[in-house]
Amino acid sequence: MSTREKIITVSNLYKKFGSFTANDNLTFDVYKGEIFGFLGANGAGKTTAIKILCGLSKPTSGKAIIAGFDVYTQTEAIKNSIGYMSQKFSLYEDLTVAENIRFFGGIYGMTRKDIKIKTQLLLDKLGLQDSAKKLIKDLPLGWRQKLAFSIAIVHDPKIVFLDEPTGGVDPITRRQFWNQIYEAASEGVTVFVTTHYMDEAEYCDRVSIMVDGRIAALDTPQKLKETFGADSMNDVFIKLARGDNK
Amino acid sequence: MNTVIVENIHKSYKKIVALEDITFSVDKGEIFGFIGPDGAGKTSLFRILVTLLLPDSGKATVMGLDVVKDYKKIRKMVGYMPGRFSLYQDLTVEENLTFFATIFSTTIQENYHLIKDIYSQIEPFKDRRAGALSGGMKQKLALSCALIHKPEVLFLDEPTTGVDAVSRKEFWEMLKSLRNAGITIVVSTPYMDEASLCDRVALIQNGSILKIDKPDLITSSFGKNILAIRSSNIHKLLNDLSNYPACDSVFPSGQYVHYTAKENRISKEELEKYLTALGHQQLEINSIEPNIEDCFMSLMNEAS
Repeated sequence: MSTREKIITVSNLYKKFGSFTANDNLTFDVYKGEIFGFLGANGAGKTTAIKILCGLSKPTSGKAIIAGFDVYTQTEAIKNSIGYMSQKFSLYEDLTVAENIRFFGGIYGMTRKDIKIKTQLLLDKLGLQDSAKKLIKDLPLGWRQKLAFSIAIVHDPKIVFLDEPTGGVDPITRRQFWNQIYEAASEGVTVFVTTHYMDEAEYCDRVSIMVDGRIAALDTPQKLKETFGADSMNDVFIKLARGDNK
Repeated sequence: MNTVIVENIHKSYKKIVALEDITFSVDKGEIFGFIGPDGAGKTSLFRILVTLLLPDSGKATVMGLDVVKDYKKIRKMVGYMPGRFSLYQDLTVEENLTFFATIFSTTIQENYHLIKDIYSQIEPFKDRRAGALSGGMKQKLALSCALIHKPEVLFLDEPTTGVDAVSRKEFWEMLKSLRNAGITIVVSTPYMDEASLCDRVALIQNGSILKIDKPDLITSSFGKNILAIRSSNIHKLLNDLSNYPACDSVFPSGQYVHYTAKENRISKEELEKYLTALGHQQLEINSIEPNIEDCFMSLMNEAS
């Protein structure tokens, strides 16, 4: 693994808000094409860390390099190299499918020509050719989900950040969504994902678990289960987050 | 005795059908769960039962009272925790609780025993504004406020959505002790694994109930053999299995892939031969019991 190309490098990263330490000495690497699960209890500091990795917030101290760019000085270059999708915010409901693609393509700095080509490719791939002029709010939730992910990677980013992308989705759509993730990863996109579904943690190549601002564990799901003597990632999570292992 | 009885409820918003012919009943003192994704109709149903929304047709009673005619009486007897955090963000924890107690002409002291286990966890922060609480603490406050007037029935609409696995576990422990105190609980959730924590569940999708039963009876009535399969390349495994002629369904499930065969004709040996020939390594094939998600997906496919 160590010979693989590192796409995210974080070392001794701190983020403090007054006397509160939200991120406490984070150190980890993420490799190209990896599906990296970023787990933690509510309030453990995940969102703070993701904001830094996306170039939206600066650390208090420490180092973080995202797709070769520095989080202190090259935030615009970072934003061009990443895609982002969350459950809370994904697509504009009052715009059509094609308009959403054009809008996000434009935001990501794609040329009109590229957007046109990509729109066609994307609609063909998702089987949405007949729905290009439909408003997002008229699409079934499952389709919105798939479209939102495709749009998050429409500009061929090096890394895509998925912040609880599958909340409230039916189990079939949730699985189809993970198929999309596998596919993107096999094409070399690095996937950085947070989730509260512990079975999805099993789909990740490696998983980190944050507790009180620190990374309490980081390994493959298999190794984590062995280390903590647990049958499932759910048990690993509960042991760690409840501090039962101490 | 039935605490909630629902017969042939329909509800549409213009062209969109939110609830289609919903019929079920909830026994006194049970935890009854509605399990289904966003858009299944859970919130519409809950709003009808707590008298905040009128059904287009059909009949529903709570504690023997009609949800349309007797809405004033019902409101005094039920506790409701909406899916969206609906307490006053600018009031403190204690002010919110006092407010809800006062509305129902009671006091925190009078029913403190009921909320003690839950409220004591957030009491150290009683002077903090509700808006500044963490997700898990907001949820505990909302439950305390829904309980302070000692309701007969609790309606909890997705209380654990977006909540981490540890807080979810704690929350369900609280529900169990409330149930043991005699309160009937109707709860909805999109997390399928929470089904096993309910006494009975209704699986709901696109406004229709797919099935109602005890969780273990739902899984035992699945009717097909399931194999859990894994190899060193899960993505390739999924593709290869879906191309296998005998394949009926194949879904990722945790670190395994769940597989069922057409006409239930499963041969581990043939599958192993097929997958090995395609270069799969560290292959593992086990027969397993289905889980609620397997059942939900199979019912979804039947319905569509």
